[in-house]
Amino acid sequence: MDATTLFGLCAAVLVGLGLYGLVVNPQPLRKLIAFNIIGNGIFMICAVIARRGAAAGFGGDPVPQALLITAIVVAFAASALAVATLLRLHEETGSTSIAPEAPADAGRGSGGH
Amino acid sequence: MPAHTADMTTPGGLLLVLAVLVPVLGLLAGLVVGGRQARSVVLLTIALGLAIALAVAREVLFRSNPLAYVLGGWAPPLGIILQADGLSAAMMLAAAVVVAGIAVYAGGNFGTARGEPESRRSLSFWLLLLAVWGGLNLVFVTRDLFTGYVALEMLTFAAVPLVCLDGSGETIRAALRYLLFALLGSMLYLLGVFLLYGTYGTVDMALLAARAGPGLTTMAAIALLTLGLLAKTALFPLHLWLPPAHSGAPPAASAILSGLVVKGSWFLVVRVWLDVFPGVVPVSAAQLLAACGAAAILAGNVVALRQQRLKLLVAYSTVAQIGYLFVMFPLAAGLAGLGLDAAPARSAGLLQAMSHALAKAAMFMAAGLIYKSVGHDRIAELAGCARAMPLTVLTFALAGIALMGLPPSGAYVAKKLFFDAAAASGQEWLEFVLNAGAFLTASYTILVLAHALRPVGGRLLLKAPPSRAGELSALVLALASLLLGFVATGMIPHASLSGAFTLAGLAAALVVLAVGAVVAAALGLQLPPVAGGSALAGLLGPLRRLTVAAGVLVVRVDGGLRHWPVASITLLVLVLGFAAAIVNGH
Repeated sequence: MDATTLFGLCAAVLVGLGLYGLVVNPQPLRKLIAFNIIGNGIFMICAVIARRGAAAGFGGDPVPQALLITAIVVAFAASALAVATLLRLHEETGSTSIAPEAPADAGRGSGGH
Repeated sequence: MPAHTADMTTPGGLLLVLAVLVPVLGLLAGLVVGGRQARSVVLLTIALGLAIALAVAREVLFRSNPLAYVLGGWAPPLGIILQADGLSAAMMLAAAVVVAGIAVYAGGNFGTARGEPESRRSLSFWLLLLAVWGGLNLVFVTRDLFTGYVALEMLTFAAVPLVCLDGSGETIRAALRYLLFALLGSMLYLLGVFLLYGTYGTVDMALLAARAGPGLTTMAAIALLTLGLLAKTALFPLHLWLPPAHSGAPPAASAILSGLVVKGSWFLVVRVWLDVFPGVVPVSAAQLLAACGAAAILAGNVVALRQQRLKLLVAYSTVAQIGYLFVMFPLAAGLAGLGLDAAPARSAGLLQAMSHALAKAAMFMAAGLIYKSVGHDRIAELAGCARAMPLTVLTFALAGIALMGLPPSGAYVAKKLFFDAAAASGQEWLEFVLNAGAFLTASYTILVLAHALRPVGGRLLLKAPPSRAGELSALVLALASLLLGFVATGMIPHASLSGAFTLAGLAAALVVLAVGAVVAAALGLQLPPVAGGSALAGLLGPLRRLTVAAGVLVVRVDGGLRHWPVASITLLVLVLGFAAAIVNGH
């Protein structure tokens, strides 16, 4: 097994772990961390692609690296926005649950005739 | 796909750069001058942006000169190219008109009167409006998948704070749920982009289209890209975040979210499926996409009909209308598969999107005016509304007519083109879905109007009269959506459109309204009392109990699908489903 395959597999494991956390964990902060773990897995895939493309004789394919750094910045901004929203939610309601609020009408009112 | 004109900046190509840059510059200027002057800066920016969109439309739509701009003179695959074809130009124009309409409308809600302290809420609204617009324009002109990713993120980051402008706990919760689900979508999309780069060494759409062939990685990448975009578009059954987000936001913000934001990610699905991989995605996979759309149309509309509150009703009707946008894919793929021209299906999809953008914004604006003037938006208590604020209720009705696809609306012409394409490619089931959608849309429009037209003793006391500018801007958008059909028939040369506006069309419209009324009576949550209604109710009671039970079942299923674990597992299952459908098609 060469290095790129090994790193590729690691990336797949990270994405899988992150997806599990994002689906199963009810806490938004943990969801956000899970999102970052998925992100790291995907960034690692991008790095593997850069390394694989380096077979052409360069030290590394620079284009995926440029994409990667952009994607990291965007993901960081997303995390910052999510944390800010989460803090505000806690300030406002005292809880951090994002479960659908007990529906005032939409769901329950459906029985009305 | 037109011949690749890479490494060539066309005359007028700078317009595309300006279309993206002007809203962003306006945003920065607004940030500098602060709350009190922000609105003037924004209005100035919008006037400029509208002129740019018109100039682009004149070049591309009327003179048939596609525009292109190569950033920094670096051609793809290393550089980035901006291009505008008919699809981009038309969407840019529709977006500019809707943004202008919303800006006029929002003056009443987010203006800062003399002597009033500046508020962060109104400053945020104006800046986010421009941010959404800049992001959308970038989506419309970009020609590479990665820039598409950045543009979509810009759009999401602007849309999320719009949801919680009011700052109540409930809206912040809706915003956070939207953000987290959208981020899951972004990650899937990004993974797809990287896989494509790893396979073909480019993310440029034209180069990918030339190089792409069927292969397992490509198919996985298409499935990931698509589902990432669908999560952001909130196509049923991935709509968990949409109803609370779109109904909780202030009306002007809802109009932006429902009318414009969801069209951004949809637009990239069109690019991916019809421009980049038309030969790779089989008709069966496109039918899966349309099947989700069909489920959206049926479930979204039925749940809309079972709402007590007007804004939630309109939000659920957005869920349904997103479904309409995905009907075009199997039709275009089917026509192309038979060696026929896929352009009519494509034009129809575009027309549908423009028509919905205008009508949906108008409908949310009308609902917002009703909420503000009456003080609530409980549908059953809207009696007297039509008398107190006739223009607003008229706007709601016109927007409803445009959404149903009655002549002469843009959606009507789109529907005719769809029917034609469905018949030509042997996919008649889509006709059934479109017809059912029209009946259901008619039913909830009629239900709301029946309540609003009910007289009350005396005159309904309004908390405040609706603002005249708000009413007029909503009316103009609704009329624009209605009259789009006339413009479209002039521009789309197609046999089935000659004589589109005849008596037969009018008769069909009456049928839609009649069936809609029956559906409303069968399924509606609270029916207005009608003279002689009780005798009829006794006669048809058992039947209605049956239909209502079916409606309640749909509402329950919808509620179940909107739980986070269910929705995210559905998302992953759909990734596998699409990958399997694409692989199976070869």
